[in-house]
Amino acid sequence: MEQIIFNGLFLGAQYALIALGLTLIFALMNVLNFAHGQMYVLGGYMTYLVYGHLGLPFYLGLLASAVTLLIVGALIEKFLFRPVIRKSVREESTMLLAAGLAFFFDAVLLLLFGQKQHGVPKIMDGIFKIKTETIRLIVPNDRIAIIVLAVVLIVAFILFMQYSKPGRAMRALAQDRMAAQLMGVSVERYGMLGFALGAMLAGVVGGLLVAITGVSSGIGGPISIKAFLMVMIGGAGVVPGAIAGGFILGMLESVGLTTLRDYGDITYLVIFAALMIFLSIRPNGLMGKPWG
Amino acid sequence: MSKKFLFGVAVFLLIMLVLVPQILLATDRKDLMSVATSIALNSIIAAGVWLTFYIGRINIGQGAFALLGGYVSAILIVHYDVSFWLSLPLAGLACAVASVLIGLPILRLRGVYFAMVTLTLTEVGRLLAQALSLTGGPKGITNIPPPGALEFFGLTIIPDFAELENLRLGYYYLAVVLMIICFAGMWRLVNSRLGFLCRSLQQNEELASSIGVNVTHLRVLAYAISSFCGGIGGAVFASIVQSIYPNTFPIQESVNYMLYCFLGGLNYVFGPMLGTGVLYLGWDFLFILGQYQLLVYSTILIILILFLPNGLLSVRLPGMKRV
Repeated sequence: MEQIIFNGLFLGAQYALIALGLTLIFALMNVLNFAHGQMYVLGGYMTYLVYGHLGLPFYLGLLASAVTLLIVGALIEKFLFRPVIRKSVREESTMLLAAGLAFFFDAVLLLLFGQKQHGVPKIMDGIFKIKTETIRLIVPNDRIAIIVLAVVLIVAFILFMQYSKPGRAMRALAQDRMAAQLMGVSVERYGMLGFALGAMLAGVVGGLLVAITGVSSGIGGPISIKAFLMVMIGGAGVVPGAIAGGFILGMLESVGLTTLRDYGDITYLVIFAALMIFLSIRPNGLMGKPWG
Repeated sequence: MSKKFLFGVAVFLLIMLVLVPQILLATDRKDLMSVATSIALNSIIAAGVWLTFYIGRINIGQGAFALLGGYVSAILIVHYDVSFWLSLPLAGLACAVASVLIGLPILRLRGVYFAMVTLTLTEVGRLLAQALSLTGGPKGITNIPPPGALEFFGLTIIPDFAELENLRLGYYYLAVVLMIICFAGMWRLVNSRLGFLCRSLQQNEELASSIGVNVTHLRVLAYAISSFCGGIGGAVFASIVQSIYPNTFPIQESVNYMLYCFLGGLNYVFGPMLGTGVLYLGWDFLFILGQYQLLVYSTILIILILFLPNGLLSVRLPGMKRV
């Protein structure tokens, strides 16, 4: 049981970071970023290259992932999304662009790295054991390190959004675009920053998870879908919602995989069905704005 | 209806029903015939997605209904010995009924929420088909017999497909005729009172509802028609490849249908047809590039959306009237 909860927390911490990036992009640009999972995979490969391939320290790998995705995100926003949003009649057009980008990243990653699963050496050895009368828990140290890192990142992100000037500007934009613009917030600059930050978060999680599960080029799409699920659970465009959604999905997955094992591979079917019922009762998720 | 429009329709029918099959038969490229059939079928399914766009919803769940339609038709034919020609409308109806049940709650969602829910709907369809025993689990249903003869008081209207000389040609005609019926219906719908009401939903649902439009009724109706198209397309598709698996219509396909609509242009009835033709042919044509197929395809897609964000049909040649 403790093991299941630990796994749920582990997954949840990763998922929350992914969902944060997606929800940030959505809140600022009203763009559903189909390529989010692919950005995550790209981040994973950067860490793989720097840490696994070149043998440099792990934190440098994470840094490389973060910087690459920051730049890629900024460029994509400036040269692709911004012109399309300006020119198109219906704002849904950005979804076509995002889907095109997802295909593009998939193709590039497949060409560069092939279909093989790439793993890296463990970042930390040893296991951590608690054994008392009520709790029995055995976990590898590296998983704990990843959780700690993920939680630190989440907290840092929240603090950044809450107290820094750019964070405040982005929150203002998400709340009321027009009003923020009238108060002198530069939509262009902070839109770009937000997109870049969202992409960076995806990349960092990719880098973090490489250390545990490795990375392969085909997992981008499924990750995107999971990210959509979390955002739907928590409510699109709100930071606490994304975090809650991430942890809830992580926990559901962990519990479901264990308890529903006897009935075959139906965990996700149950999660999807539950989500549909939940959304028909609460269309905006747990904490979403009305009609996000 | 202006004379020009009727002339255009006549030319189009001539091309689709006479010219294309004759050219394809003359070139003896059997695979091209299948490509043309697939385009016709995909544009039927995409037309459904387009209708949901028309009421202002982003539908990425059409794969689920195509899958459902395929399974309903396949199960009826294989397990219950129903004729293909009867199973086809039944598959469409089953999808319409399912979409009413699903649509009533989820059509309350809007924008990105609806898009994401429908996306998961595709996944639900796939997982459900995998888990149920009626659908044959992951192995799916194989060996679906080709459509039999359709007789009406002893008069053979459509010959038995198994006895056809050229099976591919038969399927081509089936798909194209269905496509023409579908788009004719769509065109009629958009230019009717219902079409105007749908446009009012697209622009402002609250306003429409405040002047007495029954919003709930209308959007469920549109969604049901949309799913009906998906079911018909899926059923014919299953019959052509003679099998259906949970993975026949994956999320990728659902996203593709959406892309077809986007590319053709969301404000034009014939947009999905054009979009499907261009993207499907493009993808097929790029096959010669081998491993670079996806790379070039996605690059072209990105460039297209960058320069024509409102779809191919939004291009106006100099001198043409703006619609």
